Amino acid sequence: MLNESRRKFLKTSALIGAGITGLSTKTVKAGPKYVLDENRMGVLVDTTVCIGCRKCEWACKTAHHLPTPPLESYDDRSVFEKMRRPDAHALTVVNEYEPKETEQFLINVKVQCMHCDRPACVSACIVGAFSKEENGSVIWDGDKCIGCRYCMVACPFQIPSFEFEKAWHPEIKKCDFCFTRTKEGKLPACVEICPMEVLTYGTRKSLIERAHQKISLYPERYINHVFGEFEVGGTSWLYLASKDFSELQFPKLGTNPAPGVSEAIQHGIFAYFVPPVALYALLGGVMWINKKKAESNKNKEVHHE
Amino acid sequence: MSENMKPVPLPRRFFTPTVIILSIIAAVGLLFVLARLIFGIGAVTNLSNEFPWGIWIGIDVAAGVALAAGGFTTAALGHIMHKEEYHLITRPALLTAMLGYTFVAISVAIDLGRYYYIWHPLIMWNGNSALFEVGMCVMIYLTVLYIEFLPIVTERFIGRVNLPGFLSRFNVPLDRLLRALDRGLDKTMFIFIIAGVVLSCLHQSSLGTLMIIAGPKMHPLWQTPILPLLFLLSAMAVGFPMVIFESYLTSKSFGLKPETNIMSNLGNMVAPLLGIYLSFKLGDMVIRQTFVYLTEFNTASVMFVIEIVIGVIVPLRLFMSPQIHKSPLGLTIAAFLVIFGVFLNRMNNFIVAYNPPYVFQNYFPSIGEISVTAGFIALEILLFRAFVMIFPIVSVPQPTVTKAKFSIRSV
Repeated sequence: MLNESRRKFLKTSALIGAGITGLSTKTVKAGPKYVLDENRMGVLVDTTVCIGCRKCEWACKTAHHLPTPPLESYDDRSVFEKMRRPDAHALTVVNEYEPKETEQFLINVKVQCMHCDRPACVSACIVGAFSKEENGSVIWDGDKCIGCRYCMVACPFQIPSFEFEKAWHPEIKKCDFCFTRTKEGKLPACVEICPMEVLTYGTRKSLIERAHQKISLYPERYINHVFGEFEVGGTSWLYLASKDFSELQFPKLGTNPAPGVSEAIQHGIFAYFVPPVALYALLGGVMWINKKKAESNKNKEVHHE
Repeated sequence: MSENMKPVPLPRRFFTPTVIILSIIAAVGLLFVLARLIFGIGAVTNLSNEFPWGIWIGIDVAAGVALAAGGFTTAALGHIMHKEEYHLITRPALLTAMLGYTFVAISVAIDLGRYYYIWHPLIMWNGNSALFEVGMCVMIYLTVLYIEFLPIVTERFIGRVNLPGFLSRFNVPLDRLLRALDRGLDKTMFIFIIAGVVLSCLHQSSLGTLMIIAGPKMHPLWQTPILPLLFLLSAMAVGFPMVIFESYLTSKSFGLKPETNIMSNLGNMVAPLLGIYLSFKLGDMVIRQTFVYLTEFNTASVMFVIEIVIGVIVPLRLFMSPQIHKSPLGLTIAAFLVIFGVFLNRMNNFIVAYNPPYVFQNYFPSIGEISVTAGFIALEILLFRAFVMIFPIVSVPQPTVTKAKFSIRSV
């Protein structure tokens, strides 16, 4: 939290102060530096182990006080016939995919917010309702949100969902990495309940090491790709899989942080208010010159008469 | 020529058949706004988690802002470049911009899930957000537009304040207030005029930055880092066509002679502006090699071709032809094509180009969404008519030049 608030303070004071004092364009272009905690947490999802019991879905709903069907109803595997996405009523869902030719077990993939290291939602939000916390989670502040849904436009994983049916005080819903639970020292609800230990909770650094260890130990079991290690600048949630992630309907993303280009342009146009002020001065000058010219023309006309 | 032209209120019968039709469209739109407030966004729109933004953002806001660009382009031409012959079009352009931005703000408000928190950005800042920049600029610019319009109000009511009944005791203080406002504004107006142009340049371009963060969700034909520049250039190009189009419609509607001279002069400036926009648009396509997507036959490629050919290339050719400049109708048609092109561009950028990775049902606006959009446009036209009838907006030839009681500022 300390880092986060210090960053915010620095950014705000820089924005206000630099407009007056004037900074070199080089520091301006870099923009405010994003401070990430070295020991931020993450979850490693081993999709090769998941059996699709969907207990994580149940635990998630219970932990977030969403309407929850009884646990027995989750044995119904017909839900896998259609691909599902997280929404306002379910912050995580499990989907099922065909296995590799050499395997017999279906592949199950749990979907939820990836908790990006450089989240597009945090950058996009008009009122700064989203924040990347020290422990790695990306959370939403319901007191600030105005419901513009720009976070949903921005998110490369198409995660935030909106309560469209509510006329009063709709909320943006997404996985919050069980922020309140982890603060109390508990595990995220899905990690805690998972009977197959598909989900490993730990520091992101250690999880990446562990993921690569697993890949090198069982090269026939995993493809050599940890999804989330580099995607959109890295995510707190990391995935291992037995076949290409695009076949498991993961979005194809580059390694550049999602808000990178947009922030660079935004800070380029503004650059601590130098360009707007310069434009103002320029237009003022042009206006003054043209007015003088017009006045002298008028005087000349009077003389001729 | 401009000496004997003077802006005056145009008293006419308000209700004509067209006005009645527009009123019905507006009323239906307002009913759907009411439904949205009572039953929520989901009940009235086809928006979903896959398509969080629809035509209320793509058309009402994005295209609305672009088509209100006549306000800042004529202000730049008339006041900053100090071309006095254009002063008689600055008022209609200012009124369009003022009404346009007012409805942009209203559209944003009804699209917000929590419209009652619309003031939050004023105190909760996120300097990284393009939307924050757009929101702040639009709020400030709207205020500037109202201030720029104030002199027209003072001109209309100074010496004519006549409140009914017991309110009549306020006649004298109100008149004094108007006179004080008039004096103060006379000296400070240039500050607001320049601010209006700067703010417009800022948010017209930032509106383009909005969709950049959507990254690969946006079709490569439109997704480019120079989107802010393209948005600014197209806004500049559509400003004068919008004035030409409006000027023609106003003159027809009020039975006045079209301002052929000014329309033609404005038309002369459209071709270069449109040419610059087209060269950047095509240059960007060549550099990023996105023309490969034009070989595919789908909604995106068809919409892109329509936008470029009918919305930019055809009007560019028309504005370059001398015959067109002689005919008000020809100019109006060419101007309409530019407007259509920019309108389509904004809709394409915000709706057609938006292709999220997981789609269950494609977005098409609901009856409610279309009704609200159409209703707001109708309401804008009706208000424009009412304002032109009440306030001195449109300039008409004066038979004898009478000395005005109060100096009339050219705003």
